[in-house]
Amino acid sequence: MTMHVLHGGRDGLSSPLARLAPSRWDVVALPLVLGLLALLVFGGHEVAQPLSQLERTPITLDPWTLPYYALRTTLRMMAALGASLLFTLIYAPLAVKSQRAGQILIPALDILQSVPVLTYLSFTVTFFLGLFPGQVVGAELASIFAIFTSQAWNMTFSFYQSLRTVPSDLEEVCTGYHLSTWQRFWRLEVPFAVPGLVWNMMMSMSGGWFFVVAAEAVTVGSTTITLPGVGAYLALAIEQRDLGAIGWVILTMLGVIILYDQLLFRPLVAWADRFRADTVQAEERPTSWVLTMVERSTLFRTLGRPAGGAARATLRWRLPALPKLPTPRFSPRAIRMGDFVWQGALALMALYVAAHGIQFMATGVTWGDVGHVVLLGLATMVRVVVLIALAAVIWVPIGVMVGMRPRLAAVVQPLAQFLAAFPSNLFFPVAVAVIVHWTLNPDIWLSPLMILGTQWYILFNVVAGAQAYPVDLRDVIANLRLRGWKKWRDALLPGVFPHLVTGAITASGGAWNASIVAEAVSWGDTHLQARGLGAYIAQMTTEADFPRLVLGNVVMVCFVVLFNRLVWRPLYGYAERRLRVS
Amino acid sequence: MNPTPKSLRAAIGSALGVHAPADLATAGITPAGPRPTASNAPILTVRGVSKRYDADPDSPLVLDHVDMTVDRREIVALLGRSGSGKSTLLRIIAGLLSATSGQVSVAGKPVSGPANDVAMVFQSFALFPWLTVLENVQVGLEARGVPPAEMRRRALAAIDLIGLDGFENAYPRELSGGMRQRVGFARALVLDPGILLLDEPFSALDVLTAETVRTDFLDLWADGHLAIGAVLLVTHNIEEAVQMCDRILVMSSNPGRVAAEIEVTLPHPRVRTDPAFRQLVDHIYGLMTRRRKAAPGIAETLAAGLSLQLPHVSTNVLAGLMELVDAAPHNGVADLPVIASALQMPTDDLLKVAETLQMLGFAEVVEGDIRLMPPARQFAQAELDVRKRLFADHLLQRIPLAGHIRRVLQERPNHRAPRPRFETELEDHMSETAADETLKAMISWARYAEVFAYDGDTAQFHLDAEEEA
Repeated sequence: MTMHVLHGGRDGLSSPLARLAPSRWDVVALPLVLGLLALLVFGGHEVAQPLSQLERTPITLDPWTLPYYALRTTLRMMAALGASLLFTLIYAPLAVKSQRAGQILIPALDILQSVPVLTYLSFTVTFFLGLFPGQVVGAELASIFAIFTSQAWNMTFSFYQSLRTVPSDLEEVCTGYHLSTWQRFWRLEVPFAVPGLVWNMMMSMSGGWFFVVAAEAVTVGSTTITLPGVGAYLALAIEQRDLGAIGWVILTMLGVIILYDQLLFRPLVAWADRFRADTVQAEERPTSWVLTMVERSTLFRTLGRPAGGAARATLRWRLPALPKLPTPRFSPRAIRMGDFVWQGALALMALYVAAHGIQFMATGVTWGDVGHVVLLGLATMVRVVVLIALAAVIWVPIGVMVGMRPRLAAVVQPLAQFLAAFPSNLFFPVAVAVIVHWTLNPDIWLSPLMILGTQWYILFNVVAGAQAYPVDLRDVIANLRLRGWKKWRDALLPGVFPHLVTGAITASGGAWNASIVAEAVSWGDTHLQARGLGAYIAQMTTEADFPRLVLGNVVMVCFVVLFNRLVWRPLYGYAERRLRVS
Repeated sequence: MNPTPKSLRAAIGSALGVHAPADLATAGITPAGPRPTASNAPILTVRGVSKRYDADPDSPLVLDHVDMTVDRREIVALLGRSGSGKSTLLRIIAGLLSATSGQVSVAGKPVSGPANDVAMVFQSFALFPWLTVLENVQVGLEARGVPPAEMRRRALAAIDLIGLDGFENAYPRELSGGMRQRVGFARALVLDPGILLLDEPFSALDVLTAETVRTDFLDLWADGHLAIGAVLLVTHNIEEAVQMCDRILVMSSNPGRVAAEIEVTLPHPRVRTDPAFRQLVDHIYGLMTRRRKAAPGIAETLAAGLSLQLPHVSTNVLAGLMELVDAAPHNGVADLPVIASALQMPTDDLLKVAETLQMLGFAEVVEGDIRLMPPARQFAQAELDVRKRLFADHLLQRIPLAGHIRRVLQERPNHRAPRPRFETELEDHMSETAADETLKAMISWARYAEVFAYDGDTAQFHLDAEEEA
């Protein structure tokens, strides 16, 4: 939110008296601010309780406790989002400013985002509990960290991409007009990155809801954390086979996500619009009543002024200039040598870590296990591929038809976005009940759960692609009377293909991550398992079999990274090169 | 290398019978009297500046031993075509790039890194889209740590001066191109720089807007409202240079050098239709076409072999120019400035097309004139298949690369060759970007002439199916 106050002072030319007169927006603003403040204080107080408090007040299925649980869950999400933002603002600049740091930081990010979110939780939970013995804070931190790992990576990638594509003429302005590194960061680099960053924050949040549900009630060996929250409520409802309670939890999430959208993301998107670097006046700009309120109500402006002034003052910071060291000019040969040494050191470090990892795995893993796990990985991969293909077959025709009808698209777009944010694991118990009732094969019928939540990205992107389909090409289709399969093959599919690939990449990443939750599902004492890598990792987590857990994760990371390199990247490159309709 | 500036200056001066160059400057804020002795030292001195393409000592020279000065109260133009290194020179002066050798000083201080006494206006305006007009203008002051109240006062004054009053709170995307560039000017002027650097500031504007912004700036300058020492303008527009400047430095290309220096002593305001104005423009056109080495005759073209860089000019444009010059009233010979102003085409683009025709043996470009050769006149009146045959003949005779690729394809049993094979060969002689443009030009010309084909999917050259049979 710092960014907002930085630019909040643009109404500075009106008279001071006019600024202080309350506006009609204050009627909404005042209760909203006070209410949010109260909730924040209350929630914060609860977090500071000792751990024994949790045991004294166990989770109940009383629907009236749900608002409170929702508050706790929401605060966790906020904290994780804040941490992700901070991480992004530090990690990405490091990777860009130092070429050598980038050589290790960017591949590391690639790996980090391929590691299943729940694995982070199982590996760090004991650490966080040990950090604050006997305090709720430790458990909270563990779950916040897990949510963080579901949000941070793609935000960091987005910021990194933005930093690398900052327009060179604006960079020249910064250099030529003597902006310091600090000023350049806040005046050019961060604003330029805002639209991409906000978009990725929304995506992160959508992913986060899925994992927060899973990260509030987790058992790693003998350690069990149950934090008051929507996820813990769900876990209890599953344990007690209470379908009514599941209905309540779905309803609660519905409300929470709508509130989040209205109070946080709509305003953010509307606000981020001013940072778009193109200088053309867009016809339709996103709006948000909350942003309008913030900008027009006297309350917010009065509150915002000192903050805005302080932020502007930080922009004027000038550190005493460092003494100018003569920068030695290295010959190209010397630079190549330096690169060689650096890369050699990195390789040695990687070897060292790998050797340790292998040594650790060797304590509890046989070659038979390795073969078994790779086979399980293949099984999960087949599921992912088949499901993405199925989802594409279903959603591409629908998406194109929706996208070509602007009014329908205006309804479907937010709906798809909402469905993508909705934690699909809330519906898993329903699926289990169905599978048990009809005695279906879990190997097949559990699979759709993997893509339940992420298929919407395909729909979402295809609709966007169809909306962007050039009007003149549509006229050509009509003029040449292209029909049926020929119309799809020659005209429509190539047009939306780049968007389809973008959506499918997101969906497939999500499906791999979801496999851990989706391949092993419970309903009371009924446990269903599909044979797959996700179920394997889930099982090793509950059994706290760390060598096998490491093995499962290493194999999954390999699958995801190779899949990205060998399938998605070439497809994406092809789509960008050949099929981009400009 | 620099034979005529003095005699030329004298010739133009006497032909036009105009006043001393300092006349317009004396109205300014500097002490009265022509060229006050107190500030006789030039505000900008460039001594022996060379710049290589990259750190590699064997890489091609972009600038070759450039010497120049700008005096106080002077507007000087760096006039040249793309590839003359004029923008590179401007960035070295601004301290945005460092020279490979040589020295630049501004106000007597050697430049290393962005200089304090310099402010630049950019071709693309380069405004921060997320800042208001006022905030954009304040950016440079903020970076210098000027206190808020003073910053605001100075920025508002600059906005007022440049005619943006009332737009303080507008965002750049709400402004027209002309208004945006005024913001660019205000942002630079508010710093009171010793020298104002203008990097083709009007070339992204339409003709009418450019004219308005230009004359408004000149009026401010002439009336002494600007607290700047001097102006250095980079442009490829000859008329713009003649209209604005006291002195024009004509740059030659590959590598960039100062090829001629012309003093402009016409009184202000200068009128484009004035015969003296036109005469000077014609002179400079002649200079720019005469001094070009990159448009070699046949002997040089063939000698250049594979190191010959090809400009990516569409065959449609080539045919269009041939048709235009062939038709009445030109009947095969035309004055390039006349064509340029009739077509509203930038000098640079038109010269590039004319020289491509010369390279292909369709025309001669001498002293600002283009003269079509007999094959070109035949081309202009022929049907498509005759045109293709004519073009193919000239391509194979004149462009060594065309013959080379065709020979390689004929020698290979499957008559196919991958693009990288020629790319690496070209990169022995030129930069990667130049090699890429050369191949692109080659491909589009060869496709038109049907001398060989290229398959973009597989990135392979091949002989046409009909020829294989």
